[in-house]
Amino acid sequence: MTKETPSAAGLAALIDARRALPGATLPILHAIQDAYGYVPDEALPMIAAALNLSRAEVQGVVSFYHHFRRTPPGRHVVQVCRAESCLAMGAEALEAHVKAKLGVDFHETTADGAVTLEPVYCLGNCACSPAMRVDDDILGRMNGRRFDAVLHQLQQTEGASA
Amino acid sequence: MSVRIYVPIDSSALSLGAEAVARAIRHEAAVRDIVVDIVRNGSRGMFWLEPLVEVDTPQGRIAYGPVQPEDVPGLFDAGFHQGAAHSLCHGPTEQIPFLARQERLTFARVGVTDPLSLDDYLAHGGFEGLQRAIAMAPAEVVKEVTDSGLRGRGGAAFPTGIKWKTVLDTPAAQKYVACNADEGDSGTFSDRMLMEGDPYCLLEGMAIAGLATGATQGYIYVRSEYPHAFRTLQAAIERARAGGWLGASVAGCGRAFDIDVRLGAGAYICGEETSMLESLEGKRGVVRAKPPLPAVSGLFGKPTVINNVMSLASVPIILARGAAFYRDYGLGRSRGTLPFQLAGNLRHTGLVEKAFGVTLRELLEDYGGGSFSGKPLRTAQVGGPLGAYVPASQFDVALDYEQYAAMGAMVGHGGIVAFDDTVDMAKMARHAMAFCVEESCGKCTPCRIGSVRGVEVIDRIIAGEDRGRNIALLNSLCDTMLSGSLCAMGGMTPYPVQSALKHFPEDFGIDKTAAA
Ligand SMILES: Cc1cc2nc3c(=O)[nH]c(=O)nc-3n(C[C@H](O)[C@H](O)[C@H](O)COP(=O)(O)O)c2cc1C
Ligand code: SF4
Ligand code: FES
Repeated sequence: MTKETPSAAGLAALIDARRALPGATLPILHAIQDAYGYVPDEALPMIAAALNLSRAEVQGVVSFYHHFRRTPPGRHVVQVCRAESCLAMGAEALEAHVKAKLGVDFHETTADGAVTLEPVYCLGNCACSPAMRVDDDILGRMNGRRFDAVLHQLQQTEGASA
Repeated sequence: MSVRIYVPIDSSALSLGAEAVARAIRHEAAVRDIVVDIVRNGSRGMFWLEPLVEVDTPQGRIAYGPVQPEDVPGLFDAGFHQGAAHSLCHGPTEQIPFLARQERLTFARVGVTDPLSLDDYLAHGGFEGLQRAIAMAPAEVVKEVTDSGLRGRGGAAFPTGIKWKTVLDTPAAQKYVACNADEGDSGTFSDRMLMEGDPYCLLEGMAIAGLATGATQGYIYVRSEYPHAFRTLQAAIERARAGGWLGASVAGCGRAFDIDVRLGAGAYICGEETSMLESLEGKRGVVRAKPPLPAVSGLFGKPTVINNVMSLASVPIILARGAAFYRDYGLGRSRGTLPFQLAGNLRHTGLVEKAFGVTLRELLEDYGGGSFSGKPLRTAQVGGPLGAYVPASQFDVALDYEQYAAMGAMVGHGGIVAFDDTVDMAKMARHAMAFCVEESCGKCTPCRIGSVRGVEVIDRIIAGEDRGRNIALLNSLCDTMLSGSLCAMGGMTPYPVQSALKHFPEDFGIDKTAAA
């Protein structure tokens, strides 16, 4: 999941490819976050210029949505569902386990930069609660043991590619 | 002769290991020199059996599940590829009682077909509704939808045909169809299952809406938590275009309709229709005041049909089979079927499409099989995070929009989250308020500030501080939110809070009589 480092040319290309779309702001922000893992500061004036908006307007849009990050995340993003169905199936215990295992709270990244932990409200996997998301993979019927196995797997693949 | 084996590609099936199971089957078949044709279908919606593998046999499709990769060699040893017996075998899929007792209209193809195969779609009745709509005048199509009794499945239950008529009757050079696929309600996943399992059905419903109202461009607003659904829709749109079902001349009829799919960005409020429009326009998802109605002035100020995925996906069968066919299901003013979603603490979670009128008890016990934990079920939250907690004493009320409204609850999008008797309802009430704090768009004070106060007051009640006074305060706060909020975010957060308080006062440290 290692992402590229943002560059002005890269940002410009992502913006240019989408600026003509009706309501282009979100598609552009998604493309940038997909490429770099977050929306860097230098992107905001570029988006503003391309879409004929003020920088404050773009800033306002970015800050409204939980999905968009303003700082680089860890190499992996782990989301734990905190919504009702998962609560009914032990999400609180799972959340506590994950936090203890990673040694971080929500919106924090482990010291080795491997994992950023985030809360999420429903992944549409409520029939398999409690649910989590690791990068683009949705996981169901999670428990501490299964999470440890997933984490171990992530570390293995990281070790192999390093 | 190759053996056709179905392994779902639905997100929930994948979340339980379906990808590894498909790989194991492919590998094991190769080792044994058995030719297999693996179809990645949607899910049948029986999630306690996922990953559910089906084998095509002369006797029909035979179900095996839940299958893990390590089960695969044993399944081949037993001859599962010929439909043979095995401890994981459940016999013919369609005879599994959970499925056999459903009334699958909207979900007729989900889990049955290959989601992206146009041939499969056509072979299973796909585009029949669209073909019929093409042969009709727009006003006739609208009338058919009105006559079917279909009401919006996204929450507010507004009659779909009436909304369409407003758009049809509003002259404009450009009109839109905006499909609400934000599905933010916890305990719901029917939109996701349909988008992943039968995406052409949604595209067909949108095309019919376009032809019926004069809209030529559609948008699907999918939440960012649904990466698989997003990719499936993108692929389906491309194929539908290539097949001539979308584009400048829909199915050669000479009229245009095309669709673009957009991703949300993790804001629950963007499921509210005007907030969704703001988001589609590239702005903060702040709710708009109504009027103007979106049907008159919606996306980019143009007349816009806004419908939930389930509403739009129910349209093809209404057009194909006629309004009367659909209206014959259901009762009172709740016509047709609703794909209920069973979630939370149940043995058999999944999708149950039934005519309105089924009771919560039937769903929780007959379909759901009771609690997963084995403890007594205490309550179920119906209709998402803004829905009421229904106590066991009301489990026999028929699920029908009006009967639910009469008891201060709502059917909404049909999500049902079951809780056993270990649930702490004061905590759940606090959770509802805290969710409102987190997700409020900030436009009105009762919602933005009231929810913050609400959390504080519930914390004081939980801590045992001056309970009588704080309960009175909580109730008056809820009244203010109910009456003073622009949308149902602030306006309905009191539903879960007050139903918890009313039905489970003991969890708030007070006896039954004091709460009322
Ligand atoms: C806070 C809030 C969240 C909502 N979330 C959704 C949603 O996720 N999906 C949806 O279809 N409707 C949602 N709605 C309802 C929509 O505002 C709207 O009624 C619906 O999309 C109209 O389509 P329908 O008539 O087909 O139901 C929400 C409403 C509110 C107030
Ligand atoms: S009720 Fe809440 S979410 Fe709805 S418009 Fe008002 S502040 Fe926004
Ligand atoms: S409530 Fe957790 S996935 Fe839906």
